[in-house]
Amino acid sequence: MTAVTPAPTTAQPMSLTSGQLPRWIEPVLATGTAVVVAAVLLVIQLFNPAVWLVLTAVVYLIAVGIGSSIVEGRRKAVDRIVRGLVVCAFVLAVAPLISTVWTVVAQGLKVVNWDFVTKVGGTVFDPNTLAVTNTPGALQAVVGTLIITGIAALISVPIGILAAVYLTEYAQPNNPMRRTVTFLVDVMTGIPSIVAGLFAFSLMALIVGPKAFSGFSASIALCVLMIPIVIRSTEEMIRLVPNELREASLALGVPRATTIIKVVLRTAASGIVTGVVLAVARVIGETAPIFIAASFTDNFNANPFNGPMQTLPVMAYTAYSFPGKDIEASQAQAWGAALLLVIVVVIFNLIARIVAKAFAPKSR
Amino acid sequence: MSKSIEVNDLNVFYSDFLAVEGVSMNIEPRTVTAFIGPSGCGKSTFLRTLNRMHEVIPGATVKGNVYIDGEDLYAPGVDPVLVRRQVGMVFQRPNPFPTMSIKENVLAGVRLNNKRISASDADALVEKSLRGANLWNEVKDRLDKPGAGLSGGQQQRLCIARTIAVSPQVVLMDEPCSALDPISTFAIEELITELKNEFTIVIVTHNMQQASRVSDKTAFFNIAGTGKPGKLIEYSDTATIFTSPKEQATEDYVSGRFG
Amino acid sequence: MKSGTVTDVAQREETTPVVSEKLVGKRRAGDSFFLGLSTTAAASIMVILAGVAIFLILKGLPAITANWETNGDLAGYQNKHWGTFWNYVAPMLWGSIWSGLIALILGAPVAIGIALFISHYAPRRLASALAYVVDLLAAVPSIVFGLWGVIVMRPFLLPLAEFLNQYFGWIPLFQGPVSSTGSTMLAGGVVLAVMILPIITALTREIFLQTPRLNEEAALALGATRWEMIRLAVFPYARSGMVSAILLGLGRALGETMAIALIISPSLLFSVALLTDGYNSQTIAGNIALNFPIATDIQRSALIGTGLMLFVVSLAVNMIARGILGRSERKARTSPKIGKRV
Repeated sequence: MTAVTPAPTTAQPMSLTSGQLPRWIEPVLATGTAVVVAAVLLVIQLFNPAVWLVLTAVVYLIAVGIGSSIVEGRRKAVDRIVRGLVVCAFVLAVAPLISTVWTVVAQGLKVVNWDFVTKVGGTVFDPNTLAVTNTPGALQAVVGTLIITGIAALISVPIGILAAVYLTEYAQPNNPMRRTVTFLVDVMTGIPSIVAGLFAFSLMALIVGPKAFSGFSASIALCVLMIPIVIRSTEEMIRLVPNELREASLALGVPRATTIIKVVLRTAASGIVTGVVLAVARVIGETAPIFIAASFTDNFNANPFNGPMQTLPVMAYTAYSFPGKDIEASQAQAWGAALLLVIVVVIFNLIARIVAKAFAPKSR
Repeated sequence: MSKSIEVNDLNVFYSDFLAVEGVSMNIEPRTVTAFIGPSGCGKSTFLRTLNRMHEVIPGATVKGNVYIDGEDLYAPGVDPVLVRRQVGMVFQRPNPFPTMSIKENVLAGVRLNNKRISASDADALVEKSLRGANLWNEVKDRLDKPGAGLSGGQQQRLCIARTIAVSPQVVLMDEPCSALDPISTFAIEELITELKNEFTIVIVTHNMQQASRVSDKTAFFNIAGTGKPGKLIEYSDTATIFTSPKEQATEDYVSGRFG
Repeated sequence: MKSGTVTDVAQREETTPVVSEKLVGKRRAGDSFFLGLSTTAAASIMVILAGVAIFLILKGLPAITANWETNGDLAGYQNKHWGTFWNYVAPMLWGSIWSGLIALILGAPVAIGIALFISHYAPRRLASALAYVVDLLAAVPSIVFGLWGVIVMRPFLLPLAEFLNQYFGWIPLFQGPVSSTGSTMLAGGVVLAVMILPIITALTREIFLQTPRLNEEAALALGATRWEMIRLAVFPYARSGMVSAILLGLGRALGETMAIALIISPSLLFSVALLTDGYNSQTIAGNIALNFPIATDIQRSALIGTGLMLFVVSLAVNMIARGILGRSERKARTSPKIGKRV
């Protein structure tokens, strides 16, 4: 066995430092570019927030790319450019959100007040004076929203939770029905909402005939949309319950069903409720299935089985798209309804968060 | 309030796979029996057949008999739920119900089975069970606090209290101390020596020293190789198993040559 | 739990226990009832989905099989002579797919960028706040986006439309005449992109976070920059998941009604023009929304027929997406995943 002699090294010592731009270069360069571009645009009088932002982004990316590739090398330059792009992506996503909320609030606040929520809106034509008075009011839409969504929830929640229990607790992994139902639930989450509305209408038309348009019909459409959401989120919550709790309960001689109801569902309760509230928040904003199944109306209707019903999103749609004589007033109505809708959705989301925090299994 | 266990040629199958082969043993009332053996030898699997908890795994079946005081647990028509009310189980990881207070946890076995119990009886049962688990003094001032707020050792004693509150005949323990620190382990071992005055106890442990400290008789299980069934190799007094075992395999295991 | 015992193998497959039917001696009434109830609820899913298909077919068939030449209501429906149902639905099918494609082209890169940002670039605390903000986008009702699109997006894109038409008008996409109101397919596509952003981001983010830490660290240990690490370790692993997420986004876009109905000024023809208001291919959903209220019986039937087509197409897209996702999940489950990032 011959000893291995190390080859004589004539290589230079490995350098651990290379040219490096300072740590603060990215934010500073970005701000600098923004300022310079703004100044240039103001000078040539082409200032426009969108153009400013886009130009800043482009100039920054070019600047950082060139600068970095000179000082730090190509690889690092590409890395910096990508980082810049990714931040741009984020801004691109946040901007519409901010813009939308801003717009809705600005436009809707013009018309939303306590009266708006509590009065029934509509136009009244006085034949004597030939005047059309437009009363701003959304009560019919608020009530309609509550009734239609309420009925949908009443039907969807029990079905959804029970189906989720079947899928997680009772059915074995290879059970064909389980695989089919799981697959179908996935498919159901992708049903276009207008198709759900068409289904509800078709169903009711074939059963009830001429009185097919009704609040209940709209609820059916919402059920088709809600059930898969409830099933998915309940399944997730049930899966989070540690297996040991089931075993502990079974070992105490508690029957299967009681274990599921009093131990598993009870432990998952806050998560399930959160999921349900979020599902409601999702469907409450649906427009197309509602007016397909419950048609259009301005009237106050509290009977879900008789005649068309209006919800807040539909009110926003019709007021905007089919304005009355006073276009501005109608559009204001639309924005008012939209703002109310956004407020309702925000409230539901907040309720979901509060429920999740307040009723989680405590440990202190 | 405790019964004898007689096991007669018990074989445990997972679908077609034989997991544990031909176990026969007799366990006297009011004794502590320890099951020891290397990982995967089937001791926990076998333990679970004593209260039909193995049935929780789909496809798990047994051939053979288990008699508690002469009653066959596997006779046709026997309800596993009723079996488990007679043979309780404590698990490796403490698992108090997180949505319930300490008091509610102790009463869980009673309440979940819809047995009516008056408030004063309930309080008495809680105190008795917690005293029985050596936990009363530590929690008597916070019975309404959540069960999950206790330390690991306290939680395990709470689970023991919960198990004995339904007055079972036999208490099975599946490695009850392996998730606990040494001080809690010591507390539980002390508890076991007290509990045996009232219950028949069977404990699975991978800790041989624990087995020698705590048990009256010890059963050594072994497995020939992966894919082969586990078998009961030797079963006799603890002292004998650890000082002068009859089988070579037992001797090898307790002296640390494998395992 | 104990390692190596047979119980572990069975439990690793599925974490929930099921009582094996054979050994439960006495069937308790309560257990049977509850089991029956749950099974019925699960079976109802199959019934509902079948019901949707059946009722759509039942109500749509009259128009699909009718003679479009002779039927008074259908012969000149929506001011065009169609001849058959398929001639009627074809341009709208194109419109749905085209608008979806635009939304994807505009939205998918941004969504993936955001997902990357949240999973690999943002500091921990910021990441969850950012994820929450993107989820807020999902909570905004579509009608609100539609209204916003009308009064903000339409005018906002006009200068860009003019610019594109002026300099690139020779490309069919950017052909004129440029709309003066902004009711363009471009505006609709942008709003659609905003609406499908959350679903693509959420799914892609999940997948990025599941990249095996081992692979990431291996790349970094080779001296890769962050971007190179992502290219080496994250993208290959996430490829099928990204495709699946994008398809699901497409599925969502296909079904979107309100944005299209409010923003675009539609025509029933095949077109790729983005900047006009006279050559925007109407989508199936938008067409139904606009015409359903005033349709006669047989016309309604025709619209339901187009809805059936939409149902079938979006079903296909979703099934393919889920199929890809399922395959990649199964692959992931069998590959070692040490140190999974949360």
